[in-house]
Amino acid sequence: MAYQPVLTSHVAEPNSFTLDFYLKNQRGYEGLRKALTQKPNDIIEQVKASGLRGRGGAGFPTGMKWQFVLKDTPKPKYICCNADESEPGTFKDHVLMERNPHLLIEGCAIACYAIGAKVAYIYIRGEFYHVQEILEAELEKAYKAGYLGQNIFGSGFDCDVFVHRGAGAYEAGEETALIESLEGKRAQPRLKPPFPAVEGLYQSPTAVNNVETLCNVPLIVLNGAEWFAQLGPEKNGGPKLYCVSGHVKKPGVYEASMNTTLRELIYDHAGGIRGDRQLKAIIPGGSSVPLLLPDQLDTPASFDAVQKAGSLLGSAGLIVLDDTVCMVWLAMNLLHFYRHESCGKCTPCREGGDWLYKLLQRVERGEGQDKDLDLLFGVANNIIGKTLCAFGDAAATPVLTTMKLFRHEYEAHVREGRCTLPADWRRQGPVLAGAH
Amino acid sequence: MAYGATFHKSSRQLEDEGPPFEYTAENRARFDEIVTRYPPDRRRSAVLPALYLAQYQQGYITANVIRHVAGLLGITRADVEDVVSFYTMFYTRPVGKFVLQVCRTLSCALNGAERVTEELQAKLGIDPGQTDPDGTFTLIEVECLGACDRAPVVMVNDHWHEGLTPEQCSKFIDDIRARGQSAFTGCHLRKERT
Repeated sequence: MAYQPVLTSHVAEPNSFTLDFYLKNQRGYEGLRKALTQKPNDIIEQVKASGLRGRGGAGFPTGMKWQFVLKDTPKPKYICCNADESEPGTFKDHVLMERNPHLLIEGCAIACYAIGAKVAYIYIRGEFYHVQEILEAELEKAYKAGYLGQNIFGSGFDCDVFVHRGAGAYEAGEETALIESLEGKRAQPRLKPPFPAVEGLYQSPTAVNNVETLCNVPLIVLNGAEWFAQLGPEKNGGPKLYCVSGHVKKPGVYEASMNTTLRELIYDHAGGIRGDRQLKAIIPGGSSVPLLLPDQLDTPASFDAVQKAGSLLGSAGLIVLDDTVCMVWLAMNLLHFYRHESCGKCTPCREGGDWLYKLLQRVERGEGQDKDLDLLFGVANNIIGKTLCAFGDAAATPVLTTMKLFRHEYEAHVREGRCTLPADWRRQGPVLAGAH
Repeated sequence: MAYGATFHKSSRQLEDEGPPFEYTAENRARFDEIVTRYPPDRRRSAVLPALYLAQYQQGYITANVIRHVAGLLGITRADVEDVVSFYTMFYTRPVGKFVLQVCRTLSCALNGAERVTEELQAKLGIDPGQTDPDGTFTLIEVECLGACDRAPVVMVNDHWHEGLTPEQCSKFIDDIRARGQSAFTGCHLRKERT
């Protein structure tokens, strides 16, 4: 049987973002009502049993994360919803917040109840001005209807949810950097441990969860852990949102189970490659992960299967590359991003990113030498594992993965003194088609 | 010997002092509401929303803005400047009425974002990072805006304009001149489904 969307089942309908619509069509706030009749620890056990894994990139089990949140402490506890969504190629949380905001609000409230927090902050990226508008308007409605605020459903549970908008920093998507930013400082990561579960926001125990993760929580409470787990392969249960962009006919957000293969996502959901050209490579999980090749298309798009294939599912942002893409240019484009977005705290990433970009620029222009290729490899390898957060690895990956799989293109640039692909390949116009 | 003549002195310049700054009554009320979202001893958390309010009021951040915000939050001016200089969405110089921010990261670049920048440059006669002489447009190249499915994307002030082809750029600028904000497509998720 075809997969039935659950997170995005109604997003294409008019006014799906309103409270009335949510109550009428999505059993709105019934999950919260049910959760408040149970013990907080039972909620955590259910989430653990469901096997829900963090949808932000790392795929860490959410129930475990909540269980680690320090219990015996006089300090308040916090939920931070990571809605920074800045990974190039990722745009799934945006759909949920814009079209189904009450699911997120309900998820935040249940998460607060589970870990014993009274406040949740939704940290959205600075560019989501329109999302802030909608979230704040819908939060107000939730407060008025008694789903947030004091003594929810007469249970004695109080919960506040606030929106906090960042101001343009990719690094704020890292959980400790997000906390720093929320505290009113530069978005720079902290040394771990202590992990946020022990000392997070305001030195208090904190759980940082992705938007899509929290949106799954009401569904688990309502339908049970077993229902959730059976939606996908073992340890990769539940619905998953995939963002497909790049050289496809119908770029967009598609919901599927993690049984779905990359081929189905690209050729069925996204309509295939632009102009029916040849597929050259796929970035399966946002710009920070290694490339996969066309012969790996039948890999299921699950955390475990993609990892086994040599990459990572990450934030499930698939960027599809056709045969017109120069891999040296691709690495250069991404290093421009990482160089710009490095927070500057760790030297290998701050200096190394810039160095890599300059080397790539030289090679791409056809001014590189053989020794530059060895230097690129050396610099990239000296960033990996030498920074506080995963940003360093993310910045080095585009270089290492393109050099591993397409070294001949680098060598051709050096040998020929120019790019050997047709000169106007990236000057083609965009393709738009009706996807959501 | 005059002080500073031989000793090291930082060449760093404080940004524009700017005109005297204070929130309008309306913004002050919004600020007072925003501060209540954070614990009373953590007013510093409100620095980003506080700076946004100031930027919406005055257009850009000056030393006087920093002084005012620092005073209200009970933190040092250095704390505020630290934040202003880190985040890309705060302007420390006057910008045009419309700030065109062209996404240049991978998915947009794969769909022709480079040409969009070139067309806008040609139409406006300015380079990325510059403002046109009459202060209407500022052109900037930015990193991923998170709308990769509608590439190439341009953010104008706080609003998105999706799927801007190079061919449409010239008309797009004329449209903005003629009808302002209503020339933007906005986010497709909103537009098509309310």
